[in-house]
Amino acid sequence: MIQAVMVMSTQGKPRLLKFYSYQPPEKHQDLVRGVFQCMPDSVSNFVKVDAIFGPGAKLVYKHLATLYFVFVFDSSENELAVLDLVQVFVETLDRCFKNVCELDIVFNFNKLHTILDEMILGGQVIETSSEQIMRSVEEIARLEKQSNTTSLIPKSISERFSR
Amino acid sequence: MEQLRTIGRELAMGSQGGWGQSKEFLDLVKSIGEARSKAEEDRIISRELDHLKRRLADPDVPRRKMKELLLRLVYAEMLGHDASFGHIHAVKMTHDESLPLKRTGYLAVSLFLDERHDLVILVVNTIQKDLRSDNYLVVCAALTAACRLIGEEAIPAVLPQVVELLAHPKEAVRKKAVMALHRFYQRSPSSVSHLVSNFRKRLCDNDPGVMGATLCPLYDLILEDPNSYKDLVVSFVNILKQVAERRLPTSYDYHQMPAPFIQIKLLKILAVLGSGDKQASGNMYMVLGDIFRKGDTASNIGNAILYECICCISSIFPNAKMLDAAAETTSKFLKSDSHNLKYMGIDALGRLIKINPDIAEEHQLAVIDCLEDPDDTLKRKTFELLYKMTKSTNVEVIVDRMIEYMINITDHHYKTEIASRCVELAEQFAPSNQWFIQTMNKVFEHAGDLVNIRVAHNLMRLIAEGFGEEDEGADSQLRSSAVDSYLRIVGEPKLPSSFLQIICWVLGEYGTADGKYSASYIIGKLYDVAEAHPTDDTVRAYAISAILKIFAFEIALGRKIDMLPECQSLIDELSASHSTDLQQRAYELQALLGLDKQAVENVMPADASCEDIEIDRNLSFLNGYVQQAFENGAAPYIPESERSGVVSVGNYKAQDQQETSAHALRFKAYELPPAASQASISPTTDLVPVPEPSYYKEDHQMSRSQPSGDSLSGEFGLKLRLDGVQKKWGRPAYSSSSTPSSSTSSQQATNGGVSSEVGGSTSSQARESTYGSKRQQATEVSAEKQRLAASLFGKADRKAQAGRKTAKESSSTEKVATANATPQPAKEQVIPSAPPPDLLDLGEPVSSSPPLADPFTQLEGLLGPASASPVVSETPASSTSKTPDLISIFSDDVQTGVTSGSTEPSLGVNVVAAKKGPSLQDALQKDAAARQVGVTPTGNNPILFKDLLG
Repeated sequence: MIQAVMVMSTQGKPRLLKFYSYQPPEKHQDLVRGVFQCMPDSVSNFVKVDAIFGPGAKLVYKHLATLYFVFVFDSSENELAVLDLVQVFVETLDRCFKNVCELDIVFNFNKLHTILDEMILGGQVIETSSEQIMRSVEEIARLEKQSNTTSLIPKSISERFSR
Repeated sequence: MEQLRTIGRELAMGSQGGWGQSKEFLDLVKSIGEARSKAEEDRIISRELDHLKRRLADPDVPRRKMKELLLRLVYAEMLGHDASFGHIHAVKMTHDESLPLKRTGYLAVSLFLDERHDLVILVVNTIQKDLRSDNYLVVCAALTAACRLIGEEAIPAVLPQVVELLAHPKEAVRKKAVMALHRFYQRSPSSVSHLVSNFRKRLCDNDPGVMGATLCPLYDLILEDPNSYKDLVVSFVNILKQVAERRLPTSYDYHQMPAPFIQIKLLKILAVLGSGDKQASGNMYMVLGDIFRKGDTASNIGNAILYECICCISSIFPNAKMLDAAAETTSKFLKSDSHNLKYMGIDALGRLIKINPDIAEEHQLAVIDCLEDPDDTLKRKTFELLYKMTKSTNVEVIVDRMIEYMINITDHHYKTEIASRCVELAEQFAPSNQWFIQTMNKVFEHAGDLVNIRVAHNLMRLIAEGFGEEDEGADSQLRSSAVDSYLRIVGEPKLPSSFLQIICWVLGEYGTADGKYSASYIIGKLYDVAEAHPTDDTVRAYAISAILKIFAFEIALGRKIDMLPECQSLIDELSASHSTDLQQRAYELQALLGLDKQAVENVMPADASCEDIEIDRNLSFLNGYVQQAFENGAAPYIPESERSGVVSVGNYKAQDQQETSAHALRFKAYELPPAASQASISPTTDLVPVPEPSYYKEDHQMSRSQPSGDSLSGEFGLKLRLDGVQKKWGRPAYSSSSTPSSSTSSQQATNGGVSSEVGGSTSSQARESTYGSKRQQATEVSAEKQRLAASLFGKADRKAQAGRKTAKESSSTEKVATANATPQPAKEQVIPSAPPPDLLDLGEPVSSSPPLADPFTQLEGLLGPASASPVVSETPASSTSKTPDLISIFSDDVQTGVTSGSTEPSLGVNVVAAKKGPSLQDALQKDAAARQVGVTPTGNNPILFKDLLG
């Protein structure tokens, strides 16, 4: 079972946190810090984190540009497969945002949650085809838009800043 | 397709305007990014939170604005700030009619709350309603929230709807309903157990996605009870076959592999189902072989499947052909340059050696390679493997390696784990007690506070009891070398408390035993320990007791020692200590100093720590007294349960009374015994018929007749001796009052009995006299050991028994056999050791090596870099010629590993980048937009706007 998904910057700032097993909210920051500290020691993408997440817990991380993508899971998952799951996630983000960068993730973390919800539910992987995930996400966006045709949000950022 | 793509583009860039958030949010992110300190960031966020609090409470805020406010709240909470005031607003938003708002509400609720939260009760109703919605997205959102928020009590409320949804026309809904049901099953298996057949049904779903999702709950169910699902083996194998043959839609392909995640899940399930089941496993071999053949070792996901295949093969009923294929793939992993694959290889090897230990043989080099690797994860995994493959033949090397590694670990958790593993291996496989003590010393020195105190007691017992199978001379040699090393170590700062306890105890018992050190020297050292640890009462107690023992031994030997002034002040200080235990010990010491030689000898018999403490549960020493009382007309004792008055009172009260009556009884018993015991215990005991169980009687009699050795008393005493060791010295009433009585004399005699038991053939002679005569034999034995250790080192270095098989020497196997028998010498002392003449017979190598007096230094030598030389000089020629080869190969491997390893990480990214096509323009546009905004979420980072995949 997947216990947590984290996206954090190379400075250790959380960009996305999602826990599938209960963690008290006040502990979240400690977990982020703990995970962040144990990553740079590692040459491989796997780290044992039983000190942080309990017995058998491992994490797989991927370092892309300025972000770490971290999946924490227990012994029932295969490390290499989870590594590819991270890849599926990132590929999906890339399809969704076209050349995804850190700012996309900061500003659209709710969309990231939507994508993750299509991939992982209750700690179990439900969908691994990024095409399929995209299709669902787009469908959601389309239907949301239908029910919400007028937008309060200005057209572009530059416009906003010229004001 | 094209349409979808345009929608996607619109989504990403157009429709929501860049990043789709308001200026306020952009500003927030910007200012957080520019914050120069944590304090500044906290200030910004708390300001934001104040603002949000006001806005959220404002009834005039438009609903759509609420969505954004809530998202900002989620963001603030993600950064670690309390946003609990907004939770209720999130709950409210789930009631909203509009889809985006509802979804945002559900998102916030499932991030903020969990099943234990009070507000969840308000959401359950909404979830219930939304599960019946016509809009499938609403249903999906509700299912997602249900996975997170529905606890055990709320399950019945939503269960009927969820089960209904299993047949929903939309596959996305079916999938989520399956997962929700799975989640309910995890929470409370009993409430869903009647519905598990639904999972079987969903396995036949038309949609591969739903089928794949169903595998998750099935895996959990099968793990729990494999036997009820054996009928599905054929179906699973068929599905796996179809997937592997690419019968699924190509949209499930991932990096040219057909539905790899489904394959992996299926392999996991088959591994469970085939475990120990020959028939079921027989069905799987075909498809497993197919997957191996088609295996793609170039891609990450291909390797993931292969690894899962190995796991499956190592779990199901073994098949030689399959195992060969698995071993071959494992060796490919191990030889790979990728650390990830090496890691998987080590793991796979750990699984395979459980079935066939010989597989490890050809990979020894790779394993050693991984041990030397800078990557910590890989190193730990390798230690795990070594831990699994430890035998009595290689335990020394492995434990030495572990300790070496342990010393440098800073992580507390892992240090504890590896320390306890060292202890476990040493206890299980220790080739000799000397080595065991050595190893334990090291473990204690570096991780003393992390290991169980039981281990410390064990170590003390071993030093006290000695080898069991060897003679007293070797024992005292061992003790004096222990004393030597402890005296060396004791001055070091920051020794763990439990280690200091051991040191104090050993110094007190054996510090002056061999006459090498003067009593005042040892006392001085012990005083230093007590002085250096003013807050650790346990250590101080050990130290003061040790001082007491030294004084006692000196007085018993008729020597006069002067009380050092600082020692006297220590005693005075402890006499006024807050700890009553310390006080008592100090007073005992003072009382002892006033006694004469005869008395002290009886109070503190030398080397009495090995004695069994007899517990006379029937208080038979009171028999005489009781008899006398009967004769004088006293009423007999009626047990509590047989008394009429007490039974009627409540349980609690009865207990209370029992306690008070017990007090009364004991008070009486203590009042008179000195007179009674001195009068006539031993003659009367046999006269009084005591209704005691036979084993007690046996035990009791044995202690009186001083048998040469018996398993029962040995085992019984074993436990007692462990913790009785220290207490024995700390009981003044017992020892001082009964000075000349019969009980002490029997104590001394038992002591003799035990020591003869320990020493095997030797009788209870004084230690000094045996020491000299046995010395020669001892050195020869230790030389033999050294030879053995060296050969073990050589062998274990190659991690295999190949060398041992060819160059099997009768001596070494013999020694191995005895080494196997040694781990619990105290328990099986009856087993005789290898006959000494044999050991002496193979004296050729023994005589060539220098006779070593100190086993401690001897082992130190083995540890260091010099260890290579004994291997070369003493192992058979075949292995000598091999050693340099091994080293050269090994160093080669390291080099290639490092150089090519560095290129690896970028591979995956390149693949994606290549697929993406011309997107440079997009990227540039985005860059420009970002620069315009001037938002820097992570401060001044030059590569911030780099594409993640570019």
